[in-house]
Amino acid sequence: MSTGVPDTFAKLLLRNARERGARPAMREKDLGIWQTWTWAGAAAEVEALANGLAALGFHRGRALAIVGDNRPRLYWAMTAAQALGGFPVPLYQDCVAQEMIHVLADAEVEFAIVEDQEQVDKLLEILPQCPKLKHIVYDDPRGLRHYARPELVSYGALIERGRAFARSNPEHYRESIAAGDAADLAVMLYTSGTTGMPKGVAHTHAALIHTASVLRDFDGLTEADNIVSYLPMAWVGDFLYSYSQSLVCGLTLNCPESPETAMTDLREIGPTFCFGPPRVYEGILTQVMIRVEDAAWIKRRLFHAFMGIARRIGPRMLDGRPVGLLDRLLYGLGDLLVYGPLKNVLGLTRLNAAYTGGEAIGPDLFEFYRSLRVNLKQLYGMTETCVTVCMHPSGNVRPDTVGPPMPGVDVRIAESGEILVRSPGIMRGYHKNPGATAEAIDGEGYFHTGDAGYFDTDGQLKVIDRARDVGKLADGTLFAPRYIENKLKFFPHVKEAVAFGADKDRVTAFINIDLASVGNWAEKRNLPYTGYTDLASRAEVYGLVGECVAKVNRDLAADPRLANAQIHRFLILHKELDADDGELTRTRKVRRAFIADKYGVLVDALYAGALHCPVETQVRFEDGRTGIIRADLRIVEAEMAAPARVERAA
Amino acid sequence: MERQTGEVLLEAKNVSLAFGGVKALSDVSFDIREGEVRAIIGPNGAGKSSMLNVINGVYHPQEGTITYRGVARRRMRPHEAASQGIARTFQNIALFKGMSVLDNILTGRNLMMRASVFEQMFYAGRGRREEIEHRVKAEEIIDFLQIQHVRKTPVGRLPYGLQKRVELARALAAQPRLLLLDEPMAGMSVEEKQDMCRFVLDVNDEFGTTIALIEHDMSVVMDISDRVMVLDYGRKIADGSPDEVRGNQTVIDAYLGVRH
Repeated sequence: MSTGVPDTFAKLLLRNARERGARPAMREKDLGIWQTWTWAGAAAEVEALANGLAALGFHRGRALAIVGDNRPRLYWAMTAAQALGGFPVPLYQDCVAQEMIHVLADAEVEFAIVEDQEQVDKLLEILPQCPKLKHIVYDDPRGLRHYARPELVSYGALIERGRAFARSNPEHYRESIAAGDAADLAVMLYTSGTTGMPKGVAHTHAALIHTASVLRDFDGLTEADNIVSYLPMAWVGDFLYSYSQSLVCGLTLNCPESPETAMTDLREIGPTFCFGPPRVYEGILTQVMIRVEDAAWIKRRLFHAFMGIARRIGPRMLDGRPVGLLDRLLYGLGDLLVYGPLKNVLGLTRLNAAYTGGEAIGPDLFEFYRSLRVNLKQLYGMTETCVTVCMHPSGNVRPDTVGPPMPGVDVRIAESGEILVRSPGIMRGYHKNPGATAEAIDGEGYFHTGDAGYFDTDGQLKVIDRARDVGKLADGTLFAPRYIENKLKFFPHVKEAVAFGADKDRVTAFINIDLASVGNWAEKRNLPYTGYTDLASRAEVYGLVGECVAKVNRDLAADPRLANAQIHRFLILHKELDADDGELTRTRKVRRAFIADKYGVLVDALYAGALHCPVETQVRFEDGRTGIIRADLRIVEAEMAAPARVERAA
Repeated sequence: MERQTGEVLLEAKNVSLAFGGVKALSDVSFDIREGEVRAIIGPNGAGKSSMLNVINGVYHPQEGTITYRGVARRRMRPHEAASQGIARTFQNIALFKGMSVLDNILTGRNLMMRASVFEQMFYAGRGRREEIEHRVKAEEIIDFLQIQHVRKTPVGRLPYGLQKRVELARALAAQPRLLLLDEPMAGMSVEEKQDMCRFVLDVNDEFGTTIALIEHDMSVVMDISDRVMVLDYGRKIADGSPDEVRGNQTVIDAYLGVRH
């Protein structure tokens, strides 16, 4: 086998087993206790699994679909596939069966490894449409005893077959790894598909390992670091930050007991590095605020008083700027009474670096963490670039930018305002889609992100919106819907927002309230409600949301370029936007065009000046059945602000 | 899917039960076979809960006998039923609201604890071994019913649907041979009901536990039961496979009413 720097993930695994065999590679909470596998143990598991797959006929160039929550065995399956020269295709575990057909067919998947009965049922359901799929391996045998299907193999049976295979082919595993090349396909990740069918993004070992090495040096990650992997395995963020980092740095991956326990598990592990979309950080903050509001009077006062101090001093201390002695003492006291215990409860005590990306994050939310001296930073990137385009370096962090370009990444702004990226982390291409690849990567090797943005005076990148979504109102005012929606979503009461206005004379919006937050608010006011639809229709709730909209309008009015893009009218939707109904992508981004089409009646009513609009919507339950929600939605005028006077000083 | 069901586990013969002048059950005979899911259905006040209470010894019928595992008996007290391997859940949840989910489940293993108070107090010898053994069992059930996220939460703070699940967990902790479920899906949303159905079937399948359940929701019962008995005004009006019962005119009349 080749010596020198390991250039594939399987070689990295062998290196880790050799150099740090006794250190923890993976932990999983099982029956209430954290179970640990060392690198040597993990390597043995991967070898057994790879032999099992080889016994089934898996070989070079093949795809292995992976469906389930973050489980050690599923991560090992990724390495096992790579060891044999194949590549994993992780799928979103909450996908409904029909959505999987496209991916399975597109990647020509013959082998799948899934977590449990739920996923097995889905694959069996679509088997007739996916004739290539021959083998389904399942981890948890529960409920599957009576499934007499030739395609099904239990994890245990697979390992057994692997042992038999290894006896007759003892060198197969090592030889396959040695034959692996850095230019081989390492993974195929399907984009969330804000528009059209998901596209398979093909990444090589070279691109991923290079990017993970850059990240390791950027934040000084070592084998002593701990990450809790709780994000969907199909997301590039998890593949890069959990899987790739663990192999490149030799750090420990911790798998939660179940998705619901992730927060408790986070606290028990106390990760040192963390990555997540804003909604994760938002969820934590919402929980904190709800619990603070329910706390005793004195605790509540203490919390608010010290958080005020923290907001003033914390970010400065974190950035290493000078802070007076008195302030230091005050902050120290706060640390003792509030910040320390709070961070401990949330599992943030040992965090060296936390990243947020994928969506814009609210300045209040961002400041909250930074005032606790949690080193929360932003990054910018997408599946096609192995994320990692721009990141905030520690000590130079701002809520409204995403940081300067990473080492080795070449970022250019096109004349149209679109952000272009060239780096070693750029994908090899879209799978079986040379047309789309040629469209995305130009002759000079620049990847066209489709995002509009510009560089700030100090070299930090600012991202405004998707380039194609940035439009104009009828009077020529700049209309950046995502910018407006994000401003709305920064309020804890607003969960989702959809802004309309391109080529119209005014801006209008749909709003989804946050059931937890508004529900709590309603309880405090003794406002009874039966469910989301009922709560959303309350006049009081309209008042509450109206205040949020008015504040956004004041913000918009302050910017002369956007003053005319204030929200004139809005309504609160009768149902929560849901990925199962196609309204959000699996990464929870709103599909604006789809929504505008589906709720065309409502959009028309917003512009027609109607005061209410009856609507009937089909919803899909988790089990795939459908039902109808009917409501008569109220439409209200928003409070507008006077535009700021244009300053002529500049 | 056809499940194999075995020998008769419990047989009720000509059971009659009256409270003063009110006849709750009159001359009801039926059996429960090893390994099956047996449903008892009927309109309000049909005597379903009374039947369950007779089986597990809360009520003693004035007439008739209950034969359980080959032993006929007239009077059995609830704790005797429990030690014989009969566990149950209740229509109106009967958990310890102030105790955590885990502790509630552990109470289900009370009958199996052999260590003395002192051994338990000092976590020594048998006390220690037992504690670990019971905790493992409880954790397996927690995993089985997917309630890891509320393991340490006081039961009183949980939503209704989850409390029902915890109650099932506690009943399972006793590793029963016969599990009696009194309206396990009452007051649940559609999704909660489906989860509960899944769990009932899984318990039956994985542990081989015989299940007798009472339920209002006809569709639920028809989906998961092997055999269904229908009661109306304390009398058995039908007994058979879900399909047979569904087509039975007397049953339809009892549920929908008859035009007079």
